[in-house]
Amino acid sequence: MSASPTLAPAAGVISLSGITKAFPGVIANDDISLDILNGQVHCLLGENGAGKSTLISILAGMQFPDSGSIAIDGVPVTIGSPKAAMKFGIGVVHQHSTLVPSLTVLENLMLGEGGLMLKEKRAASRLEELSGLLGASIDPNILASDLALGQQQQVEIAKAMWTGSRLLILDEPTSMLTPSAIESLGESMSRLKAEGLGIVFITHKLREAYTMGDCVTVLRGGRKVGELTPERMKSLTEAEAQAEILRAMFGDDLAAAGSIESAAELAGATEAAPEASRVDVTGRPVRLQVAGVTSVGKSMDVSVTDISFSIHEGEIFGIAGIDGHGQAGLAEVLSGQRAIASGTISLEGADITRLGVRSRQEKGVRYVTDDRLHEGTVGNLSVAINLLLKRIGMAPFWRFGQINKTAVNDEAKRLITQYTIRTPSPSTRVGTLSGGNIQKVLLARELGHGARVVVVNKPTYGLDLKSVRLVHDLLRAFAADGGCVVLISTELDELIELSDRIGVISRGSIVGTVQNDGGPDVAERVGHYMIGGRAHDND
Amino acid sequence: MTDLLTPTFIAAFIIACLAGTVPLMLASIGETVGEQSGVLNLGIEGMMLMGAYFGYVVALTTHSTWLGMLGGLLAGAITSLVLLVLNVWLGLNQIVLGIAITAAGGGITTVLYDQIYSKTSPRIPTDNWKVPGLSDIPVVGHSLFSQPAMFWVSLLLAVIIAWFLVRTNWGLSIRAAGQKPSSLDAAGGSVMRTRSQAVLLGGMLSGLGGAYLSVLATNAFTPFMTNGLGYIAIVVTMLSRGKILRVVIVSLLYGLTIAVGTVLQLTSLDVPTDLITMLPYIVVMIVLLIFGRDVNNSPVLGAPYTRGAR
Ligand SMILES: Nc1ncnc2c1ncn2[C@@H]1O[C@H](COP(=O)(O)OP(=O)(O)OP(=O)(O)O)[C@@H](O)[C@H]1O
Ligand SMILES: [Mg+2]
Repeated sequence: MSASPTLAPAAGVISLSGITKAFPGVIANDDISLDILNGQVHCLLGENGAGKSTLISILAGMQFPDSGSIAIDGVPVTIGSPKAAMKFGIGVVHQHSTLVPSLTVLENLMLGEGGLMLKEKRAASRLEELSGLLGASIDPNILASDLALGQQQQVEIAKAMWTGSRLLILDEPTSMLTPSAIESLGESMSRLKAEGLGIVFITHKLREAYTMGDCVTVLRGGRKVGELTPERMKSLTEAEAQAEILRAMFGDDLAAAGSIESAAELAGATEAAPEASRVDVTGRPVRLQVAGVTSVGKSMDVSVTDISFSIHEGEIFGIAGIDGHGQAGLAEVLSGQRAIASGTISLEGADITRLGVRSRQEKGVRYVTDDRLHEGTVGNLSVAINLLLKRIGMAPFWRFGQINKTAVNDEAKRLITQYTIRTPSPSTRVGTLSGGNIQKVLLARELGHGARVVVVNKPTYGLDLKSVRLVHDLLRAFAADGGCVVLISTELDELIELSDRIGVISRGSIVGTVQNDGGPDVAERVGHYMIGGRAHDND
Repeated sequence: MTDLLTPTFIAAFIIACLAGTVPLMLASIGETVGEQSGVLNLGIEGMMLMGAYFGYVVALTTHSTWLGMLGGLLAGAITSLVLLVLNVWLGLNQIVLGIAITAAGGGITTVLYDQIYSKTSPRIPTDNWKVPGLSDIPVVGHSLFSQPAMFWVSLLLAVIIAWFLVRTNWGLSIRAAGQKPSSLDAAGGSVMRTRSQAVLLGGMLSGLGGAYLSVLATNAFTPFMTNGLGYIAIVVTMLSRGKILRVVIVSLLYGLTIAVGTVLQLTSLDVPTDLITMLPYIVVMIVLLIFGRDVNNSPVLGAPYTRGAR
């Protein structure tokens, strides 16, 4: 590689040594050392709040470590700003979107470039080239806010590939992507790796880590607690590797939870199958009835047209489909956030079509958005207030317009324990939590206190395996108690595991419904409708 | 009533209208650039007064209106340094700083004027540029085409800045800094540098607007002569949502009401003067009520940016 052989040992390596970073109340990174080699995909794993994003934001120049050092090819460097990181050839996809919503895709791609004039032609042709690689076609002149989250993620990946000439860092890039887009991303990663780039890849899906990664580093509570070298990775089977990773990730907790079988189950290594003990709900009364609902057009994403379905008491109704095909529209129509042009929605026989968000909430309709940062939480308020956001003004938390701090804190603490939210304290600002923990705050808030129908949009994205398990259990328990769930998800495994029936949404309409009877062909049948929906797109 | 439509009268109307429009337009463009980058400049009134006073002083002493304009521009720029250093760099509260700058600008210029010029109140001779060929046309020739040359330069500035905001990397950075500074930062741009430039440019344009008012539009300086124009500029900016063309149009509307007020005072119609002085403000408020609802300005306006904070 290098002209001088004496340089060889250090060439092609970015070494972090003794990286420590503390925030008020937490040590996010505690004496972490690792080497990132060119030509390898380095997986960074760990539960929510383990410190993964903090570590990569140090590499990206967004955070500065309290102590520790970074060396590139053996030369100590300071990465003082994102710009400096880019100069070193480090391209980053951050966990949360860094696109400017009010700018177009093209403008977002050109942001930060030098020179006087905007080079639109060049940006457009590069976008075209990259979207070919990513298997996505994105209108360059559309506003970023009008893209579905999955498409936003693809634009960010394109942008990072553009700047990352030596190291590409991907913080949960697959959380919003469809299986085929993940496959294309995997192919692009292999090609970049072959070209000699280093890649840091963060994911919560162990299968992805095993198939796409060459080596693994596991973080836990800010410390590096395990690693698998490339040699060791090669020598292990998938199940063995997963077991080893899980043991490092969750340590004693896992031992307490049970054996390695449950670990494999956690990792989703076993085939997805519906619960054996599924009860027949068709004989039960209908709780939510949606008849011929068409939404008023809104530029956000595809709006919904003529959607009808009914959900029985205790039923989980899955909605499958490619992200951006009207899922958000459907969820908003149900929650009352989006006006409808025609059709009716009734809850337990009572017409709720004309009711607003607040009144529907009082009747027990809840909505967990997939936009956890903007729509879902108020970043500057405490975890406790965010947990009780929908109960502001209600007894016993508020009395005569006065907040009852003890009651609020007690309830917050209860939810924090129940949902294992990792936060320094109930009074910590919610915006400072890790991505997965913000998601848990949202779920904890919506699933409790008198919910009768919950609409959840991608409820487990960005959650670690244990939390995914927890959320699945919560949703199942909610249904078992007679609650209704509309489960919108892009993950087929999740839908098959939880749903009684699965409706497939495409271009804002439900194009087919599959009874999840535990048969082996359920996935295939759902897939058939999804492809049918797409074939429909082309004509 | 017919005497209202004489050529001399219409010419006077056009002159009054443009004299009211240009200072507001310049200041509003400056405010727009600042607000697009996420900085709310409430000190614009003070910056205009500084520009008006020092523009006047320089024009008087050098006998050049051009140097007067330059003086006003520099005075505005220097005043904006206060905002730049204390807010953009050190993160002090923009509202407090803005009010302080406005108070200080008014105070300083009044004290200096009273000390030096209040006895004599010297005036600056008009310095109009007749557009060759066009200035012979009746009515508009004596008004629109006999404006100070700076009038045309101001229009040119509006076009250039509009173009920069939309077509250049610099303009894109400004807009991103106001919409989502963390994105600009992550993309390798500098929020600090971008906002500093925007504040400085905003100060220059406000100073220029002030100098236009004193040196070219009224030919003299009087204490507190902006009389709330800076605040109107803030409203115009909010209304225009970053579109320079809208800034120009709303400013023109304001200029028109000023001219109408002047005309009403000259006629035999018995309109209370209080009503006339209120007219521009009423019009701006009505426009605000009609169009102000869908404002889509910088969501982080007024908030200092700290990297990595969340
Ligand atoms: N800017 C910040 N201010 C305060 N605390 C922070 C900040 N950034 C991170 N933290 C804290 O540091 C810890 C690690 O967060 P980090 O985002 O690195 O976790 P993560 O491993 O990426 O988790 P996830 O899988 O949920 O994304 C968390 O406890 C979080 O609350
Ligand atoms: Mg993270």
